[in-house]
Amino acid sequence: MHIVVCIKQVPDSAQIRVHPVTNTIMRQGVPAIINPFDVFAIEEALRLKDRLGGRVTVLTMGPPQAEDALRKAIAYGADDVILLTDRAFAGADTLATSFALAQTIRKIGEEHPVDLVFTGKQTIDGDTAQVGPGIAKRLGLQLLTYVSAIDALDLEERSITVQRRSEGGVQVIRTCLPALITMLEGSNQIRFAGMDDMFRSARLTVPQWNKDRAGIEDVSKIGLKGSPTVVSKIFTPKPRAVKAQRIGADLDASGTANAILDVLSSQHPRLAQELGLITH
Amino acid sequence: MSENTAAPVKPKGKKRLELDPRLAAYKGIWVFVEMERGQVHQVSWELLGEGRKLADILNVELGAVILGGSSDELSAAARSAFTYGADVAYIVADPILTDYRNEPYTKAMTDLVNRYQPEILLLGATTLGRDLAGSVATTLLTGLTADCTELAIDPDNRGLLATRPTFGGSLLCTIQTLNYRPQMATIRPRVMAMPDAVPERSGRVISENLQMQEDDIIAKVLEFIPDEAQEQAQLAYADIIVAGGRGMGKTENFRLIWDLAAVLGAEVGGSRPVTHAGWLPADRQIGQSGKTVRPKLYIAAGISGAIQHRVGMEASDVIIAINNDPNAPIFDFATYGIVGDAVQILPVLTDALRSRLAVNRRAG
Ligand SMILES: Cc1cc2nc3c(=O)[nH]c(=O)nc-3n(C[C@H](O)[C@H](O)[C@H](O)COP(=O)(O)OP(=O)(O)OC[C@H]3O[C@@H](n4cnc5c(N)ncnc54)[C@H](O)[C@@H]3O)c2cc1C
Ligand SMILES: Nc1ncnc2c1ncn2[C@@H]1O[C@H](COP(=O)(O)O)[C@@H](O)[C@H]1O
Repeated sequence: MHIVVCIKQVPDSAQIRVHPVTNTIMRQGVPAIINPFDVFAIEEALRLKDRLGGRVTVLTMGPPQAEDALRKAIAYGADDVILLTDRAFAGADTLATSFALAQTIRKIGEEHPVDLVFTGKQTIDGDTAQVGPGIAKRLGLQLLTYVSAIDALDLEERSITVQRRSEGGVQVIRTCLPALITMLEGSNQIRFAGMDDMFRSARLTVPQWNKDRAGIEDVSKIGLKGSPTVVSKIFTPKPRAVKAQRIGADLDASGTANAILDVLSSQHPRLAQELGLITH
Repeated sequence: MSENTAAPVKPKGKKRLELDPRLAAYKGIWVFVEMERGQVHQVSWELLGEGRKLADILNVELGAVILGGSSDELSAAARSAFTYGADVAYIVADPILTDYRNEPYTKAMTDLVNRYQPEILLLGATTLGRDLAGSVATTLLTGLTADCTELAIDPDNRGLLATRPTFGGSLLCTIQTLNYRPQMATIRPRVMAMPDAVPERSGRVISENLQMQEDDIIAKVLEFIPDEAQEQAQLAYADIIVAGGRGMGKTENFRLIWDLAAVLGAEVGGSRPVTHAGWLPADRQIGQSGKTVRPKLYIAAGISGAIQHRVGMEASDVIIAINNDPNAPIFDFATYGIVGDAVQILPVLTDALRSRLAVNRRAG
């Protein structure tokens, strides 16, 4: 069995600040991490491999620095990694990104046919949840989004049964390989890196693929050119004009509590009536 | 390749875009009406309300796309869609569409789009809507902007201006889909206001067949396990919410939040650190990576008001914030602010409320 896991290196957005004057993202010193949702995808792929054997290839498209994320993936126990990197990919939106990744997976499959592709639920920077479905459609893979558990995988029958989150409940769905799974967060816990794998990761030269290696000829489908969407404006959210009105500045807890109820009753009579605070 | 949201800002200049004549033929705004187990998701009505405004600006028709297994249910949904502003309902009824599955829904939707050519297609950013939107956009090879918080029409070129938070909400960006149609966007539940129904409004129904047989579809739904009735979803549509943050200090103190909520008949929510710490279940998280809410009353106790939390709740009518730091950002946008210890104030507030309600009940 061959599993490809797509991961993205993202800035740790908890540490991102916006420059107060220029309105630009201040990336300096912000550490890059594996997109947190993708870590669940890596772990699930490794668990399947532990159970059923096979190999796990981790793929990322990004700048040369993204090789750090792949080194990390090797340390967790991935067998192979590929860094898809080419200036021609710059400026890709989700449609162009899913094209490049799909093409690369097709190429990977020429050597070792791919049974399953994993992605995270979404990224924390792009946050679109579109790249997974995009890859699946382009490769004609069965699409399984928001998967919380893999109930069964039968390599003889080439069937897979998963639980996926849907509105108001969990759908148990059965389909055939090859399939693409977007993994829900919290579905598993990433393992500790093993000693051997850590050594392997440290020694590794990360294989880099450019667009030619990935078999991409049509440059109108990648990068800026292949992106239907453009950002026409970036701005900071506008602050509310008025600050909160202070309640109970000089009062004790009980005075404050009553002041809150008074202000609701007098300033928001309809709400107060619904709450039963006032009766008419 | 830095961001997945969209390509970098194109050089400023004339925003007029020469739309390919083939694409200029795309007319009208469509909203996907999401049905699961016969129940229309309220986000669909919210989007019809918003779609109506855009359709009036563009002077085009508003269409509702309704897919499902039972034609009775679909007809009922179409009648409701008209009352919320739709002019036309595009219906595909087929037993294959009873449970949501990506393949047949994608097929039904893309066939409709290719046939009737809407210029804008809006879907709710639910699990179902996001699954469908992503695969429809790729199949049609067009642009899709996820999780928008604001929609507008560019007066220069009649294009859709879709605004969404980026970088965890610290920034907003407006995204345009240039020479591609339809322009697609998903919008989260509760971001757009619920429109008022106009009962006497009605419209045309256009029915199409699904060009697919059950045997064509590989995926089979074996089972659907509904969530516990009290859990889930209720939060997004709650009228009153009491929310606690890290400032509540420890999990035991959340009893104070639940107590107040019980007396108010409110739902309970929290900030991300609180759900991460297990003080509340994960589906009670409010904010950018949790739920969007717009209750009539939002009480925030021990929540700093970080942008990622704020984007999920600032549409609330009245926000009361209790925080012991007078400089907490939440005071910049709350309606009322109490500087003090939430752990001390909450139980007193609960008691005061309880006794007023008791007095009123006796009086009334
Ligand atoms: C990609 C990304 C997505 C995110 N998504 C979300 C999201 O969906 N929702 C979300 O909430 N956050 C989200 N966050 C996290 C967010 O940035 C903040 O870290 C979080 O909202 C802070 O939660 P808090 O206000 O409870 O905690 P803190 O920021 O620690 O604030 C606690 C507050 O409590 C006050 N306080 C302390 N003691 C008391 C007391 N006794 N009485 C009263 N007040 C007290 C303090 O003054 C402080 O203001 C996200 C972050 C990232 C990077
Ligand atoms: N540049 C990339 N390289 C590899 N995988 C990616 C890339 N961008 C997105 N993905 C995958 O697609 C998922 C969804 O991303 P997004 O659509 O940006 O929310 C992520 O969780 C990753 O698994």
